[in-house]
Amino acid sequence: MTAMIEAHGLTKRYGKTVALDGLDLAADAGQVVAVLGPNGAGKTTFVRTVATLLRADAGTLLVAGYDARKEPAAVRRVIGLAGQFAAIEPAMSGRENLEMVARLFGQRRRTAKASAAAVLEQLGLAGDGDRLARTYSGGMRRRLDLGASLVGAPRVLLLDEPTTGLDPRSRIELWEAIRKLVQAGTDVLLTTQYLDEADHLASQVVIIDHGKAVATGSPAELKRQIGGSIVELHVRNRMDLARVAEMLGRLDHGETQIDESTRRVSVRVHSGGEALMSALRSLEAAGVELEDIAMRQPNLDEVFLSLTGRPTADSRSMAARAA
Amino acid sequence: MTTAVAYGAAGRGAGLARSTSTVTRRALLRYVRTPQLIVLATVQMSVFFLIYRYMFGGAIHIAGMSYVDYLVPGFIATGVLFAGIGTATAVAEDLEQGFVDRLRSLPIPRSSVLIARATADTAILAWSTAFTAAVAFAVGFTLHGSALEGLAAFGLVVLFGFAFEWVFITMGLFAGNAQAAQGMGMIVFPFAFVSSAYVPVSSMPSWLQAFAEHQPLTYMVDAVRALTLGPQAQALLGHPCDYYVTRSLLWALGIIVVSLPIAVWRYRRG
Repeated sequence: MTAMIEAHGLTKRYGKTVALDGLDLAADAGQVVAVLGPNGAGKTTFVRTVATLLRADAGTLLVAGYDARKEPAAVRRVIGLAGQFAAIEPAMSGRENLEMVARLFGQRRRTAKASAAAVLEQLGLAGDGDRLARTYSGGMRRRLDLGASLVGAPRVLLLDEPTTGLDPRSRIELWEAIRKLVQAGTDVLLTTQYLDEADHLASQVVIIDHGKAVATGSPAELKRQIGGSIVELHVRNRMDLARVAEMLGRLDHGETQIDESTRRVSVRVHSGGEALMSALRSLEAAGVELEDIAMRQPNLDEVFLSLTGRPTADSRSMAARAA
Repeated sequence: MTTAVAYGAAGRGAGLARSTSTVTRRALLRYVRTPQLIVLATVQMSVFFLIYRYMFGGAIHIAGMSYVDYLVPGFIATGVLFAGIGTATAVAEDLEQGFVDRLRSLPIPRSSVLIARATADTAILAWSTAFTAAVAFAVGFTLHGSALEGLAAFGLVVLFGFAFEWVFITMGLFAGNAQAAQGMGMIVFPFAFVSSAYVPVSSMPSWLQAFAEHQPLTYMVDAVRALTLGPQAQALLGHPCDYYVTRSLLWALGIIVVSLPIAVWRYRRG
């Protein structure tokens, strides 16, 4: 089976800024691949290069087997793109938007109508298909935009930060729509800065930073890569934080993280159960009052931190959401 | 029964004619269904025309003819410039809002997107020109030449509009966002005002006359005048009708030849 996307040494510069710095990436067909990274990591530049909107300065890029530099027209026939903005015409109905894009994909009028109707149904927009898109909510616009990117029945669907700016409910609806697509056989490459998004949707995650891939694997593999589990304590009194951190530091690895705002201390451990028990014993002896104690798998944020040595931009809000 | 295309079927893409007409339709629908846009396109030119006709018209005297007959050809011909600001803004908005990215990622000839914009906006310009002409007739404008010459004058204005569309498309592509496009659009003011459109060039200071006499708008305005003023035209303008029509057509052609390739190059470069 032809790989969805294969990039070797992909480089793109804007003046002195290096957006892609010899990016190597192999995304297999038949799955969702998430390109994960903080703002400015090169995610959008990568998607735009795959979509033939940009030309790389160096390196090779194959999309569904076609060379993006030499055969951009062939690439455009097999991709569907949903960029960071909902690129739909507000003065046309949802149905008209989809029919327009289907026609541009070369479909005959009747086929275009049928594809548009099928996509509206698939994205839960059938009831609103004949309303002008300018009356849609933000979430509906994004779904319509997603629809426009797949009405041409692409082999490879490119989604650039599909849920940025959406409220939690619209986000979950969009995830649902993306999952259904994959079941229907579309390959998806999506970029995201939300770690939970990659975790929820993707079977392969490529973490990029400063225009380079720093790690690749399934979410489970990446979590395993940094090893062990996380013991996380939620203390009642803020002044106990330092003391607890010191105690936990003695446990195993010693890499403790303190989150002052949520009164949490976490530590990475290898021997999960034992560590938890001894933590409890020493805390009890010290008379520390706890709100909660938990042992869990590391999340992708912690993976990112251990791989790149710095947290992602949204790690703070992640922590807040976890609370 | 017709069924939707199966996933992975991969479209072969629309040809130039179909993609151009599909994208043109979208641009026209946007005008027609956005009240601010269609109202603006329809009445803006007429409102300014009425201001000129009734506010300034009383103070401006042109020897041997009524000001309204002098003004209408000039006003309508320079109207293409003001309409063009809308084009530059629309192009920049399409870039800014990601619509162009979508189109550029589709298997269609890239030139179709620009041809569609020029076509749709020229059609809107033809509509607002016709509307303004109707208003002009209602407030005393008369054709002194034949009806055929009047139609030819209308055709010329639309053609000038089409030529200038390419300048404004280029402007919009370079501007990249709506505000910048509107700012760049201000360049139309010296071309519109320092011309023979509203007042005779001979009434300007000599250093302005040099520019006013030789810039394209003056030739275009005078060509339209030569076609609508009938026998009085030559007395006013100094040359026969052909002189102005030929020169204005050459200007229009020159504008297309220069700006179209720049627009296409800029669009392809992304």
